[in-house]
Amino acid sequence: MNVRKHWFAIRKDLSGQRSWLLGLCSFLLPLCIWSLVSYTPWIWHPMVLISDPGGVAYFQKDMLVDREIFNKENAFMREEGESEARGELANPIYLPAPHKVVQAFITAFQTAPIRRNDPWLHQSILHSITVIFYGFTLSAILGVPLGILCGTFAFFTRIIEPFIDFIRYMPAPAFGALMVAFLGIADAPKVAIIFIGTFFQMVLVVGNTTRLLDKSLLEAAQTLGATSKKLIFHVIVPGILPNLYRDMRILLGWAWTYLIVAELIGASSGISWFINQQAKYRNYDNVFAAIVMIGIIGLTTDQILRFIGHYLFPWERRN
Amino acid sequence: MNNLNLPSYLEQEPDVRARFEKIRQRPVVLKVQHLGKIFPGTDGDIVALHDILFNIHRREFICVIGASGCGKSTLIRILAGLDYPTSGQVLLDNQEVKGPSPDRGMVFQGYTLFPWLTIKKNIMFGLKMTNHGNNYAAEQALQWIDLVGLSNFANAYPHELSGGMKQRVAIARALANRPRILLMDEPFGALDAQTRSQMQAYLLQIWRNVDITILFITHDLDEAVYLADRIVVLGTHPGHIQEIIEVSVPRPRNPDQFLTPQFLATKKRLEELIHPPEKNRQEDLPMIRLTQAGDEVI
Repeated sequence: MNVRKHWFAIRKDLSGQRSWLLGLCSFLLPLCIWSLVSYTPWIWHPMVLISDPGGVAYFQKDMLVDREIFNKENAFMREEGESEARGELANPIYLPAPHKVVQAFITAFQTAPIRRNDPWLHQSILHSITVIFYGFTLSAILGVPLGILCGTFAFFTRIIEPFIDFIRYMPAPAFGALMVAFLGIADAPKVAIIFIGTFFQMVLVVGNTTRLLDKSLLEAAQTLGATSKKLIFHVIVPGILPNLYRDMRILLGWAWTYLIVAELIGASSGISWFINQQAKYRNYDNVFAAIVMIGIIGLTTDQILRFIGHYLFPWERRN
Repeated sequence: MNNLNLPSYLEQEPDVRARFEKIRQRPVVLKVQHLGKIFPGTDGDIVALHDILFNIHRREFICVIGASGCGKSTLIRILAGLDYPTSGQVLLDNQEVKGPSPDRGMVFQGYTLFPWLTIKKNIMFGLKMTNHGNNYAAEQALQWIDLVGLSNFANAYPHELSGGMKQRVAIARALANRPRILLMDEPFGALDAQTRSQMQAYLLQIWRNVDITILFITHDLDEAVYLADRIVVLGTHPGHIQEIIEVSVPRPRNPDQFLTPQFLATKKRLEELIHPPEKNRQEDLPMIRLTQAGDEVI
């Protein structure tokens, strides 16, 4: 069999067309499953949406009832000879159909907040992005140089990494209460949580990336006359740059996971505030829209960064 | 080979002998004095090198040869200053070698070009590290690129080059710093046979055109005889000098000489030193028959 034409060849690349197609499917498949569950009445649908309460006293129009209860009440009505309730099969409120989420996605941006001083959705998102930006930038400014030092000098590895390894195991949200005590209830403790969540990992990851740099490049540079300081700035830094960039992309993803917890401490804000608020009003379509929004922001930033990286590091374009 | 009537490898034609006289009169560039290296191991110390002693004269081409594990690489790393000897010392122009320095250029087996720099900038690297101006470095780099015949690749990145081309850049990069000696650690070991013989011819050509002394490590007997003025033969356990052979094959060398009596005689001597005949007999190897096929297929 021709290996190139095989869909399941071990460790072989697929053609561009096939890769693209599969990439599309990876989004379409979950969407299909979601649509199936939402639009075919005989799959799941454990509830009934009442369209006509009939004789059942506590039923109301547009009320969601368990199918069992609906059938039991109707059986009772039949025995009593009163008019039966009518309705159509529905899913629970926490699983809105795709089109509802798409609608919510659009209306969420256009709907004014319920209370006058509350932020609009786009303001919430902007606020979240700001928190991530400050937290991540701060941890990169300190974490990258420290990581490079750890990867370069055994001295710094031994004096810094053990303690960081220890802190790394403490979940960042555990510092929430402390940070509020230190920094108040505004944005400062949120930035601090993002910082704690990424900084310690960053030092270790960057240290490791630095250590992975081919040692013979350093030796070659030494035989060409490079001394310690020049080795760091002319060999180590440019040598690890593409991998460092990749590490930063991954860690930025981590920052988003800490965001949700960070925004709930102190005065809650940003997109998590929006999600919680909408959940309280049982607007689950808005909740889904906001979650999808985070995914879209994350994926888009990452793809943009990847695209930029392609131009920043032309020597990495092997394939 | 035993059936051939070979001359002694020590026999030298008059012009070859005259050439060696001339080499011996040239100043000594590198002195290796009673070099020893011991690695601490879990089962006691391992002696990697024991009492290595030889001199290299200016513009001489020296090959160091030996079976694997004889400490060839340790030796060249010590000469480059990337490793320290536990006893003895290395003198370059009578100055003790104390660490890596641009006066000893090195070409490694893995290409070790900087992947983030273009070919031109790779060659400029050493000059910039030794505080030469950008313009001077660029100008020099272009000359070296021309010398190794890669003018069309000045702005290419290393990953766009073939193995042989990469090694040419590595040689140019080391030479651009005008080192006193060029150390080469099995530089052609990763190349295919054809590229390898091209590179050997190439290296001899560069050596003729540039004032450079070369110490070249290899485990390939043909390569050693083809390239070297003298061959330092190392033995194993511990690494020590078995013999230093003056190659009696006249220069200029060309691949046709591979079958000349002098060439074969030298190669035979190397073979005896590196693979002593009594250890290599086939009867000593236990063999199990694993095939059902009859003898007629062999």
